[in-house]
Amino acid sequence: MNPDLVKAFSLAAEQNRWAAILPEVVLGCLALMLLVLEIVLPKRDQKIIPIFAIFGQIVVLAGMIFTYRSDFIGDDSLFGGMVRQTAESQFMRIFFVIASILVSILGVIALAKQRMPKIEFFHIVIVVTGAMMLLVQSNHFVLFFVALETLTVGLYILVSYVRTNPLSLEAGLKYLISGALSSAILLFGIVLLYGVAGKSQIDSMNFGQLHTFLAANPGNFLASVGVAFVLCGVAFKVGAVPFQIWIPDVYQGASTPITALLAVSSKAAGVSVLLLLARTVFEPYSGFVIPLLSVLTAATIIFGNVAALGQQNVKRLIGLSGVSHAGYLMLGVIASFTQPQAINAIHFYLFVYLLASFAVFGVMVHVAGVDDADQQLDHYGDLARERPFLGGVLAIGLGSLAGIPPLAGFIGKLLVFVAVYKAGLNALLFIAIAGVVVSIYYYFGWIKAAFFPVWQVPVTEGEPETRPARTPVAAPMGVLLGAIALASIVLGFYQAPITAWLAALH
Amino acid sequence: MNSEHLLLLSIAAPLVVALAIALGLPKRFSVKLAYLGFGVPALIALYLWSQYGAAPQSDGYAFRTAYDTGLRSFGIQLSLGLNGISLPLYVMAGVVGLAAGLYAIQSSAERLKAYLMLLLIMQGGLMGVFASIDIFFFYFFHELALIPTFIMVGIWGGRDRSYAAMKMTIYLTLGAMLSLIGLIALYVKSPAQTFDLIELRKALAAAPLSAVVQNNIFGLLMFGFGILVSLWPLHTWAPLGYGAAPSSAAMLHAGVLKKFGLYGLIQIALPLLPLGAGHWSGILTVLAIGNVLIIGFVTIAQRDLKQMIGYSSVMHMGYAFLGIASLSNVGIGGVVLMMVAHGLSVALLFLLSTSVYHRTQTFDMSEMGGLAMKAPVLAALFVAGTMASIGLPGLANFWGELVIFIALWKISWLVTACAIAGVIISAIYGLRATANIFFGQPSEEFARTAEKTPVSDLRWSERIPAMLLLAGLLAVGFWPRTFSTSLNETISAVYQPAEVPASSVALK
Repeated sequence: MNPDLVKAFSLAAEQNRWAAILPEVVLGCLALMLLVLEIVLPKRDQKIIPIFAIFGQIVVLAGMIFTYRSDFIGDDSLFGGMVRQTAESQFMRIFFVIASILVSILGVIALAKQRMPKIEFFHIVIVVTGAMMLLVQSNHFVLFFVALETLTVGLYILVSYVRTNPLSLEAGLKYLISGALSSAILLFGIVLLYGVAGKSQIDSMNFGQLHTFLAANPGNFLASVGVAFVLCGVAFKVGAVPFQIWIPDVYQGASTPITALLAVSSKAAGVSVLLLLARTVFEPYSGFVIPLLSVLTAATIIFGNVAALGQQNVKRLIGLSGVSHAGYLMLGVIASFTQPQAINAIHFYLFVYLLASFAVFGVMVHVAGVDDADQQLDHYGDLARERPFLGGVLAIGLGSLAGIPPLAGFIGKLLVFVAVYKAGLNALLFIAIAGVVVSIYYYFGWIKAAFFPVWQVPVTEGEPETRPARTPVAAPMGVLLGAIALASIVLGFYQAPITAWLAALH
Repeated sequence: MNSEHLLLLSIAAPLVVALAIALGLPKRFSVKLAYLGFGVPALIALYLWSQYGAAPQSDGYAFRTAYDTGLRSFGIQLSLGLNGISLPLYVMAGVVGLAAGLYAIQSSAERLKAYLMLLLIMQGGLMGVFASIDIFFFYFFHELALIPTFIMVGIWGGRDRSYAAMKMTIYLTLGAMLSLIGLIALYVKSPAQTFDLIELRKALAAAPLSAVVQNNIFGLLMFGFGILVSLWPLHTWAPLGYGAAPSSAAMLHAGVLKKFGLYGLIQIALPLLPLGAGHWSGILTVLAIGNVLIIGFVTIAQRDLKQMIGYSSVMHMGYAFLGIASLSNVGIGGVVLMMVAHGLSVALLFLLSTSVYHRTQTFDMSEMGGLAMKAPVLAALFVAGTMASIGLPGLANFWGELVIFIALWKISWLVTACAIAGVIISAIYGLRATANIFFGQPSEEFARTAEKTPVSDLRWSERIPAMLLLAGLLAVGFWPRTFSTSLNETISAVYQPAEVPASSVALK
């Protein structure tokens, strides 16, 4: 081999501090190991593979918690400037792993109702999680795009995973088409920015250098178009209007754990990236970004809440209500331009949103029948009487999503809204509060379906039961759901665990 | 005795018991623990009341403690304490909570455990509302107490419960949101950047907000709190909700929780936003007269006993709003006294109306009659409750209403006349209801019901909570000074125009 090339490689390799992304590397190995285990292990022993996957992720989580104060934070030279770790990215990485563990656990329950290969599910969930973790650390549009595409392609497969169900296939197709479109827009935006910046910088795709260029060239038309396109691509991930159009169908068709992955991790990744881009690279164009985001946010909050009002299918309901949550989070992103405290508020919000969402999804997998797409509000009738535990967890999850005190969701909303108020965005705040009031109606409607006694037509002999049988709650799952619900309550009263965690790196 | 953490204990005790029940405690332990959950706050409240005069005060508050919940950087901490305005209400919350709890324990409600759990959460929230100095937690505890109401109406409610629960939820959430915006606005606009009421007071006394800002914030708070207190014409949730609510929930909501809005206006809005209060007082007066007169006439027309009590409680809120709109220290003092009295008396009436229902199997007053023959104790207590509600001297309500009328007289004789007309209206419906239910010949329907299920007098398990409430009414009625001394001190300290409070003349 050419000695110069060897030297160049070794120089590059010196910059590659693999330890910085060790969790992602381990996750990748874990994902591959699952596939190997599937080949190696005899059929009857394959039950332990999901458990292995979950424990593997827990080990990664523990490792990340121990190395939370990484030495690499703020280091611009990682992987030639591709990766840059910040306090926010450290928080989000842990966030994604927690979400991934919970999705895997839900997957065990949901997949037990289907007859199909199961190991790939865990494999892809882990890969997607790794991609999201890289995405929030990216400092370069190449890594950004590659991570985003890995995540999106993984989700294409996961959404249509239940391939015996036509709705799942339809959802997969819809997600593929709209996802491909948004990727194209995003890529076009990146290319425009790169083209405009051209050779003015050493590496025009590096966030820091692109920021330098944009700061030096305010109001450049092509750059503005590029910024707008990139934001549109991210808005697709967040599920913001007008890129929310895929949400109801895809959420309904995907199996419940994947709906959770889309609703929590994918949305959080979008918001986190939006925050990253808006506050760093696109900051010189804030005069253009803020109005753009404001319009999208207002439309998102209104659309999400109004569209969720009439839903009878709970997966569509949670999807559309998730649109409105995206709106509240984007509100925080807009406020963060002038109010740095909004950043912590967004992260607090995201974490309590994770807890509340998984409480709800955890109940959903137990109530759902074989046909995962068919989960109607009616199916929750008498849930509180038959399964008081599931009813209670559901009420806490929904209450927290609705932002009702004393649950943690309220504190999240309050912190974001206070930041928004301080930023002087009164009109948007008004829309958001109106949205919260509207949202009470549909969240409460769901609680009503589960709690309030309803009179039902008695099932006559021979007529099939209209409601799928409820899965019994296994003891570990009960403990987990109870812990998630309890966390939503405790964080409503005592927020120090999260605020201390957020403050740890500042 | 070390009273440092007692306030926190009074909030935490019911919540901890509720949590224990939620975690699956067996039923007989649940009921025993529930006695503890309702008893501890009541005992603490009475103890702190007895200690209040001697307790060291800082910034006008006794028993002050503060706990960091992790939001100090946002200007939020759990800061507890009592002043002369919150003390009477705190004690009232403890007593009414105990009565409602005892009544719930003896009721044979379906799913009693869940019922008690929700009631305990409510009780914890109520104690928190009046013990909080931090306005964030003040709001937070209110919501904590409010949410169980919706669920209780929806599950254990009577007629139209689903509709009533939904309507209450939407109305009250809207009200809460408006007041929340108002409170956040106070936080953002004040130079103090904190939710701590004492800090806010100091900061706003040093640098008052401009008139426009005050007007806007006061408007938000007035209508937000107004919805919560059933200010006319935003009251329609109240009679419907109370009509449908199970008795203990109605007792706690109408008796205590509804006072949150008035308390917020008195403790927060009026002293911090004097210009805003002046701006809105005219409109508030007009709306409050709507409460007294219009709802008064509507109340006369009611045939359903529970609806009637619900409407009458809406009507009496009119007096409270009038007292607030008078913008005088006398009026404010009267409102606080009236809130205590009304809380006790409306809880008593809701309790007894359910006991009446258990004997007549109906709330329709035209299908009752002659119950006094069969249940004399019930009749006596009900008459006492009605008299209190009308405002007869010797019972607590008299003082509150009297002082409010005195305050109003200085504003306008016309308003006073309207308010006093309200007393006549309440006498009409109150006495007529008593006559219909207890005296005269039993109606045919009642005679038939009584044949099927023999009517007995009030059992001791029902008597004790009722007598507890009546004792409170008599205590305040004969000896208002227990509250009024500290109340006057606080009011004259909190309300800046440091004139000699005229209320001391009226009350001492």
